Amino acid sequence: MSNSSMGKKVVQWFDYRLPIFTFMHHSLVDYQTPKNLNYWWNFGSLAGIVLVIQIITGIVLAMHYTPHVDHAFDSVESIMRDVNYGWLIRYLHANGGSAFFVVVYIHIFRGLYFGSYKSPREVVWWMGLIILLLMMATAFMGYVLPWGQMSFWAATVITNIFSAIPLVGETITTWLWGGFAVGNPTLNRFFSLHYLLPFVVVGVVFLHLWALHRFGSNNPTGIDTKGPKDTVPFHPYYTIKDLFGLSVFLIVLLAFVFYAPNYLGHPDNYVKANPLVTPAHIVPEWYFLPFYAILRAVPDIWFVEAKLAGVIAMFTSILILFVLPWLDSSPIRSARYRPWYKQIFWFLVIDVIVLGISGAKPPEGVWLILGRVATVYYFIHFLILMPLIGRLEPTKPLPGSIDESVRQESGTQTSETTRKHS
Amino acid sequence: MTPARTWIIGTVLTVIVAITNIGIANGASDGAHLTAQRWSFDGIFGRFDRTAVQRGLQVYLEVCANCHSLEYVAYRNLTEIGYNENQIKAIAGQYEVEDGPNNDGEMFTRTAQPSDYFVSPYANAMEAAAMNNGALPPDLSLIYKARAGGADYIYGLLTGYEGEETEHSVAEGLYYNPYFPGGAIAMPKPLYGDDVEYADGTTASMEQEARDVTTFLSWAAEPKLDARKKLGLKVLLFLIVLSALLFASKRKVWRDIH
Repeated sequence: MSNSSMGKKVVQWFDYRLPIFTFMHHSLVDYQTPKNLNYWWNFGSLAGIVLVIQIITGIVLAMHYTPHVDHAFDSVESIMRDVNYGWLIRYLHANGGSAFFVVVYIHIFRGLYFGSYKSPREVVWWMGLIILLLMMATAFMGYVLPWGQMSFWAATVITNIFSAIPLVGETITTWLWGGFAVGNPTLNRFFSLHYLLPFVVVGVVFLHLWALHRFGSNNPTGIDTKGPKDTVPFHPYYTIKDLFGLSVFLIVLLAFVFYAPNYLGHPDNYVKANPLVTPAHIVPEWYFLPFYAILRAVPDIWFVEAKLAGVIAMFTSILILFVLPWLDSSPIRSARYRPWYKQIFWFLVIDVIVLGISGAKPPEGVWLILGRVATVYYFIHFLILMPLIGRLEPTKPLPGSIDESVRQESGTQTSETTRKHS
Repeated sequence: MTPARTWIIGTVLTVIVAITNIGIANGASDGAHLTAQRWSFDGIFGRFDRTAVQRGLQVYLEVCANCHSLEYVAYRNLTEIGYNENQIKAIAGQYEVEDGPNNDGEMFTRTAQPSDYFVSPYANAMEAAAMNNGALPPDLSLIYKARAGGADYIYGLLTGYEGEETEHSVAEGLYYNPYFPGGAIAMPKPLYGDDVEYADGTTASMEQEARDVTTFLSWAAEPKLDARKKLGLKVLLFLIVLSALLFASKRKVWRDIH
C-alpha cells in the first residue's frame, strides 16, 4: 500500500513537470466520444495497431536482412529457414502490409460515407491522406527489398514513371536509381527509406489524432455532439469495443499468415531478381491496382504523351481527395440523410473495384475499355457529381441530437421485437 | 443504411473481390488448366507425408539432381524429414565440394558434410546453360512457391508430357508440355516410371514418382509448413475464444447505453 502511494507520488511529481500522464488519461480514458459509433469506426484504431505490428516485425526482420543485390534474396531465405520463427515474422510483415491497406481503405471509405472529411475536420482528412501517401511509398519500397523478380521489375516500372516528367525526367530517374538502372544503390536507399518512413507515419498519426481530438470523432449521424448525453468516455466503452474488433481482425490476418501466407503475393517474387529476364506480366501488389489501372488507362491527349498523361491522372486521383471538403457542396455530413449521395458512394466503391480488377489484367480489349470508363467515372464522381448533388439533392430530416437518434433506433428495434412477439 | 445491410453489402463486395482475385491468380499461369490434386499437406490439418517426402528425395537425388540444383536446402535439413545423423552423413558423403583456401592458399575438394548445402550439378549458371542447350535449369528449392499452381503445377508438368518425347516437339531442342507457359519446354520428359527403385518397396510408377518428388519439393520450399499449421491452429482457437469473451464483455459494458 505504501508502495502504490509512493508510486502515485512519483507519477504526480513527474506529471507536474511533464503532464504526459494527464495527456494520456485525457486522450485515451476521459476522451468524450459519440456514443453511436458503429463498427466501421473500429478501423482507425486498427490501423494504428497494424502500424505498430509492422514496425515491430520490421525491426526484427532488419536485424537479419542484408540490403545487397547479391545477398538480399538469400538473406530472406535464411530468415525463412534458419532464423527462429523467422517464417512467422516475415509472413506477419508481408501479410500485415496488405492488412494495413485493407484497414486504411475501409477507414477512408467510412470517412467518405459519413462525411468525416467535412468542416471542421479537413485537416484530420489531410493528415490521413498524407499517411496514405507515405504508406504507399513505404509499401512499394518494402516490396523491392526481397529482391525477387517482381521486386526488381516493379522497381523498374515505378521509378520509370518519373522519366515521364518533361525535360528533367531522365535526370531525376537516374538520380533516384543512383545509377543507370535499378541496382545496388537503389536497393540500399530503398531499405534506408523503408526503415525511415514508418516513423514519419507515426509522427503524422499524432498530428492526425491531435487534429481529431480538437473537435472529436464524427459519428454515423454526422451531426455535432451537443452535450454529455450524446457521448461516453473512451474508456471503457471504446477500449472494449476496439479490443473486440482487434481480436476479430487478428483472426482474419492470422488465418492468412498461417494458412495462406503467399495468397496475396506473386509467385515470381520467389524467383531471384534477374535484369535479363522480364516477367510475362508485371503487376503491382493488389493495393496499387486501381491506381495502376488509371496510370495505363490514359491515351495520348493532344500534345501530352500517354505516359505523362497517365502519370498526371494517377497522381491527380489521390491529390483530388485533398480538395474534396470543398468539392462536396452539401451542408450535411452523413450519407444516411443524403439519398443521392448514398447511391453514388456505392457506385464509387464498385468503380474502384472495377479499376482494381482491370489493373490486374493486361491492358487490352474489354479490360482496357472498362479501365478507361472507370477512370473517367472516378473523376466525374469527384469533380462533377460531388459539387452538383450537394446542391440538388432532397435530404432527409436530421435527428435533433445523437441521443435522440440512438433512442429512435432502439425504439424502432423494440417496437419491431414487440411486433414479432405479438 | 442499417448496419446489417451495410455488412451484407460489404461481405458481398469482399466475396466478389476474392473470386475475381482467384481468377487473376489462375489466369497468370498461362498454361493449360491444372487438375487439383489431393496433397497430404493441403488444408488446415495438412502435414507433409514423411514417407512421400523421403521417396521424393530419392527421386530428386537420382533423377532431378542430374540437372537441377537445390541451393537453399542443406543436408542437415534432412533431419526435419526423419533422417538421422549417420544417414545424412552417408547421403552428403556421396558428393564433393570445393573448399578453401587452405593454409597454403590453395582450393581443395573434400566430401560434403551435413552442414553443406545440396551440391549443384554445375560450377555456375553459365556452365548450366551451356550444358543444356542455352536453357538454364531453374534451381528447385523454391519452385513450389515460385510457380502459379504450386504443387499441382509441378505434378501437372511432370506427368503432362504428351506422346513420345520428340513427337510434339515444337522446335529444335524443345518439347511439348501443355502445362508449361507457352507449351514449349527445354526439359525432356524426366519421369517414365521405374526410374528409381524405392527403398520402401513402393511401386515406382510415373505418377507415384511425380507425386513423391512434388511432395519433396514442396517441403524444400516450405520446410516450416508443419510447424506453421500446428501453431496456427492453437493461435486461431485462442483468438476465437478470446473474441467471444471480449464480445460478452463489450455487451456488458454497453448494456446501460443502448
